[in-house]
Amino acid sequence: MSYFLETLFSGLFAGAMYALVAIGFVLIYKASGVFNFAQGAMLLFSALTFVTLLEHQFHFLLALLLTGVVMVAMACAVERLVLRPLRNRDPLTLFMATLGLSYFIEGLAQLLMGTDVHMLDLGIPDVAIDFHGISVSQYDIAASGIAFLLVVVLSIAFNKTRMGVSLRAVADDTLAAQSIGIGLPRIWRIVWSVAGFVALVAGLVWGGRQGVQYSLSLVTLKALPVLIIGGFSSIPGAIVGGLLVGATEALADIYIGPLVNGSVSTWFAYILAVAFLLVRPAGLFGDLKIERV
Amino acid sequence: MTSTHPGVTSKPLLQLRDVSLSFKGVSALNALSFDVAPGTICALIGPNGAGKSSLLNVINGVYKADSGDVVFAGQRFDAIHPLKAARLGIGRTFQHNALFSRLSVLENVLAGYARHGTASFLENVFRLGRDRAERRAALAQAQRTIALLELAPFTHTVVSTLPYGIQKRVDLARALMAQPTLLLLDEPMAGMNHDEKLEMSRFIRQINQQLATTVVLIEHDVGIVMDLAQHVVVLDYGRKIADGRPDDVRNHPDVITAYLGTVH
Repeated sequence: MSYFLETLFSGLFAGAMYALVAIGFVLIYKASGVFNFAQGAMLLFSALTFVTLLEHQFHFLLALLLTGVVMVAMACAVERLVLRPLRNRDPLTLFMATLGLSYFIEGLAQLLMGTDVHMLDLGIPDVAIDFHGISVSQYDIAASGIAFLLVVVLSIAFNKTRMGVSLRAVADDTLAAQSIGIGLPRIWRIVWSVAGFVALVAGLVWGGRQGVQYSLSLVTLKALPVLIIGGFSSIPGAIVGGLLVGATEALADIYIGPLVNGSVSTWFAYILAVAFLLVRPAGLFGDLKIERV
Repeated sequence: MTSTHPGVTSKPLLQLRDVSLSFKGVSALNALSFDVAPGTICALIGPNGAGKSSLLNVINGVYKADSGDVVFAGQRFDAIHPLKAARLGIGRTFQHNALFSRLSVLENVLAGYARHGTASFLENVFRLGRDRAERRAALAQAQRTIALLELAPFTHTVVSTLPYGIQKRVDLARALMAQPTLLLLDEPMAGMNHDEKLEMSRFIRQINQQLATTVVLIEHDVGIVMDLAQHVVVLDYGRKIADGRPDDVRNHPDVITAYLGTVH
């Protein structure tokens, strides 16, 4: 039993990290209807920037602040150079643009900061602590705490502020939002900045665990099943989807893995996503789209 | 506001000069010209497909006219965007309620304050600086608007759960929140019964008189329009066939023909 619980918990903690990545996607999807393929690249870029600054003897907080500034600058550049010229285009066109953007950002990161693997020490020890007979990693607990805090901050920002009302208004009806004086470029800059900030947090948490390296941008691919399960337009969906994927793939690895003589966790999330696509295509919390024909 | 005849007042708030619009060769508006005097209620009437909504969309910048000028408050523009129109003080409602359906009535109305907001996102989140005063002002303004349109009982209700007639009023409240000088109403009474239409007319008249807002509206019910508007413009196949006081328009032979469906 305790083995089951240990596996479940470590799965859930991994799930919290998936959720952290998925939230970045949801933010942008809600505000502009775009699946931002570059989210993973943004995550990598922010983590790399942070690590590089640390290695140049910047103070931890100063490095954090500077990386935040870099992510905001990137958001503004993306809005000006990519989103604005492609305004009113097909969502697929925008998706392709973010695909290109992701290669561009990765290339830029490589050009500026090289291809080395960097170790990142966030000062949180990765040791197991005993919790009623179940051993849990301290790092996992801290990471979940950070994820939780981020979600609280985001939900306050989006639900309790006037800007939050504007953001949700844009997500709901873009044309009506513009007609009452809500400026889209500004909303996009804000949302991409916030998504950049989320990418930074996710990048640090992931990077602290497995080192900052190019494979970090591949978390995009893990976020995809999370989003399909949770629904593309829902932050609670991203959280539940993340936890679900984390927990089931950890359990499947233990209980199904031996039956098929191999690791299940690499593909289990995708099978789960396919099942959801067949049964509930909008995901657990997504909007069932009703379109006028 | 007494009934002012358009053209008599010194300077029109809105002028349309030879505005034409076509969609892939099909003409929607054909060299249309008329003025709207400040402080009046101007009604656009005409059969379906006459170009009424297209005209509203040109004024508000959703469509760009092929030719001709739109002059608003003495300022001529040929390429305007809905956002810029909103910032200049042109508010509008939509034929099919384009409300933010998952937001509450209060949030919908508050969203309408956007054009007056200057606080940055961070000020909003941390409730600092300009946000405090703006927050108070926006909330007070929203409560006034909600009270004016008798929406108070629904303040915290999610819009999608409200009856259609109430939603129409929320749409109006949201547009009013921006304190527009010119308010465009696209069929504010569509789908309403006679009593609801009278109620809506009362609100529109109140807005026009108390807030001195100039109103351009589209409505099919000629009886209601003739009571409400001081100025009626009749469109048919994208052309203006009559323009003037309700009484003059009512007896205009072309209007009678258009409305009685005589073969053109």
